[in-house]
Amino acid sequence: MSRLESQKDLKSHREQLQKQRDPNQPLISLCAGSGCGAYGTEEVRDALESEISQNGLKKKVEVKVTGCHGFCEKGPIMVIHPEGTFYPQVKAEDIPEIVSETLVNKQLVERLLYKDPVSKKKLSKEEEIPFYSHQYRLIFGNNGLIDPTNIDDYIAMDGYSALAAALFNISPEEIIDTIKKSGLRGRGGGGFPTGVKWDSCRKAHEEPKYVMCNADEGDPGAYMDRSLLEGNPHSVLEGMIIGAYAIGSNEGFIYVRNEYPLAVKNIDIAIKQAEDYGLLGKNILGSGFDFKIKISRGGGAFVCGESSALMRSLAGKVGRPRAKYIHTVEKGYRDLPSTLNNVETWANVPLIINRGADFYASIGTEKSKGTKIFSLVGKVKNTGLVEVPMGTSLRTIIYDIGGGILKNKKFKAVQTGGPSGGCVPEQLLDLPVDFEKLTQAGAMMGSGGMIVMDQDNCMVDVARYFLEFLQEESCGQCVPCREGITRLLEILTNICAGEGKDGDIELLEELANTVHNLSLCALGGTAANPVLTTLLYFREEYLDHIYDKKCRAGVCKGLFYYEIEEEKCNGCHVCFRKCPQEAISGEKKELHTIDQEKCIHCTICYESCKFDAIVIK
Amino acid sequence: MAATEKARPLREDSFDSEFLDNVLQQNEYDTENVIMILQDITARYNYLPQEALTYVAERLNIPISHLYSVTTFYKTFSLTPRGKYIINVCTGTACHVRGAEKIKETIEQDLDIHDGETTEDLMFTLDTVRCLGCCALGPVITVNEKSHGGLDRKQTSDLIEQYGKEG
Repeated sequence: MSRLESQKDLKSHREQLQKQRDPNQPLISLCAGSGCGAYGTEEVRDALESEISQNGLKKKVEVKVTGCHGFCEKGPIMVIHPEGTFYPQVKAEDIPEIVSETLVNKQLVERLLYKDPVSKKKLSKEEEIPFYSHQYRLIFGNNGLIDPTNIDDYIAMDGYSALAAALFNISPEEIIDTIKKSGLRGRGGGGFPTGVKWDSCRKAHEEPKYVMCNADEGDPGAYMDRSLLEGNPHSVLEGMIIGAYAIGSNEGFIYVRNEYPLAVKNIDIAIKQAEDYGLLGKNILGSGFDFKIKISRGGGAFVCGESSALMRSLAGKVGRPRAKYIHTVEKGYRDLPSTLNNVETWANVPLIINRGADFYASIGTEKSKGTKIFSLVGKVKNTGLVEVPMGTSLRTIIYDIGGGILKNKKFKAVQTGGPSGGCVPEQLLDLPVDFEKLTQAGAMMGSGGMIVMDQDNCMVDVARYFLEFLQEESCGQCVPCREGITRLLEILTNICAGEGKDGDIELLEELANTVHNLSLCALGGTAANPVLTTLLYFREEYLDHIYDKKCRAGVCKGLFYYEIEEEKCNGCHVCFRKCPQEAISGEKKELHTIDQEKCIHCTICYESCKFDAIVIK
Repeated sequence: MAATEKARPLREDSFDSEFLDNVLQQNEYDTENVIMILQDITARYNYLPQEALTYVAERLNIPISHLYSVTTFYKTFSLTPRGKYIINVCTGTACHVRGAEKIKETIEQDLDIHDGETTEDLMFTLDTVRCLGCCALGPVITVNEKSHGGLDRKQTSDLIEQYGKEG
């Protein structure tokens, strides 16, 4: 790897790389993101490399181990180019057939093809699959073609060309102007206009200035940033260097949560390779601009996703937020001007510089431009990471891309925005997803978590769940948050245990408003949202729990029981076998019954019955 | 970065000042790197022995109370010995919605410990974590660095038994 000393060097290196790639040569892209990793992609990779070697195909076929492809429900994922043949859920034992049939004989292995649950047809190409075809994968789409541990892959795809343009052809003020015009807003949840943030930092008086990447991704259920860092770390680095140049900073940090070891590993490799090429460090590309990046690992605290807490944590201190009368762009890390942006925000920057502010602003809605990556998870058929233009409706995301509700159960709500967000009910499914519309409905887009819930989820339990999380994570320094959340949680726990009483709802509302208005930081400030939205849209569930002592979703123990319906039970005996308490009795082919004294409501029988004969009462 | 040796509990007679000096050296004796210093020590001993904390505080010239406040604030740190296998049950929203509670209950029953506790033979520690970033595979658990997704009760029991046998 030799240093690139100029813009010209970068261009010739890129051209050389592009010449070397034969577009007709078979390329196997195997997803090794953390999701597929948990599904056993390593064994698949080993089997693949061994089979290719044994068949003497090493020089004829390229194997690329990439980051997350996005369709996590169907991992491990393999895509064979140039045809774009898509094989989901590949196992090591499938490899010999794939190699001999698809690679050598150019035939499809029919049994491995993806079957669309709606049309019931088998689809062979990635681009035909509805999960992908309804997306607009501007940022995330490159993941499938890049080996994150090889900077050349990124360069060959025009990587770092935006940086070269920024350093040599555009002034810092013009860069900030472009970002402002593009309408890019922070992707971490706050939605603050990025260009304005950079401008304020540039104009701040003190030196030195710092540029940071918030890779703490604390929202449970969201893993977009993880996948971007694991799969395309250079896109984030390039964005940060451009930002640093525009702001006038020579030192940057990437604050990654400790629970993301693969992301830490890949960004570390990326930084070293960028340094080797002279794209990071001193005198970048011979421009005279110096910039270095250090990785800092978090210690495990949700509150450290908050900007002032993050900066304290960076300095080795306890991550307690401070009141933000003075913004961190003026006084941040070490009390000096600091620009903190989310991973996805940084990844959007090279795209904007390369394709222009007008192109970017043509996507999305009036006030929310560009695309957004969402983590579509929960009770939906096609779980994974989804990138769509801002303004796409929830219905499109959940049904057209997500394939609808798992096991065809009834949709109940979609929780957006993590613990700061809220639950959106069915009647609002046609809402476009952007910064404004969801907030108006009482929810929040947040960092992009979208958790789909069905008839078997209890909304009171969901509110309790989030408060339990926030109580653990509260830093404890201000009374409204520390005490307020504790009391909200107490009331909700009592309600879920069947001890709710008259006046609880009014008290919840009053407390929630106090916590919301008086907390020091956004953790407390938004803590009330799950309670308030569930009270707004699912009030009857609260009333059921409090007055009837009933949990109709069958979640809150003691507030429901299971019963086997005579008309539907055909005596298949499955529940009898699976019950861990031997609480079910009945002969084969005859009606079974549940002994309520023995039943511990573990839900196993309810989930095992294929005839919907077990109902919640 | 962390030492590659297998984690083992700190014995009274094995206070390894050389290892600690190395960690401090790699982190440039910089108090700003305190979190990473503590993570490196944890990777070696599986928890933070008091002797190690006293030593680090002395070398960095910071009050031990500062280290104490940092170790008790962040979740990755433990002041008591932990098991050989650290089981992290993800109770993030997506996993919760897909039944993570049942998986946690199964492990609690099988190993006779509660969330946050370690088995007497120091084989297993059970912890919950809010989001491992594998949301599509819920419910997910990790055992040390290895992730296991899409679990039900039986698979979980079998998995724990398997690790127990490996010793």
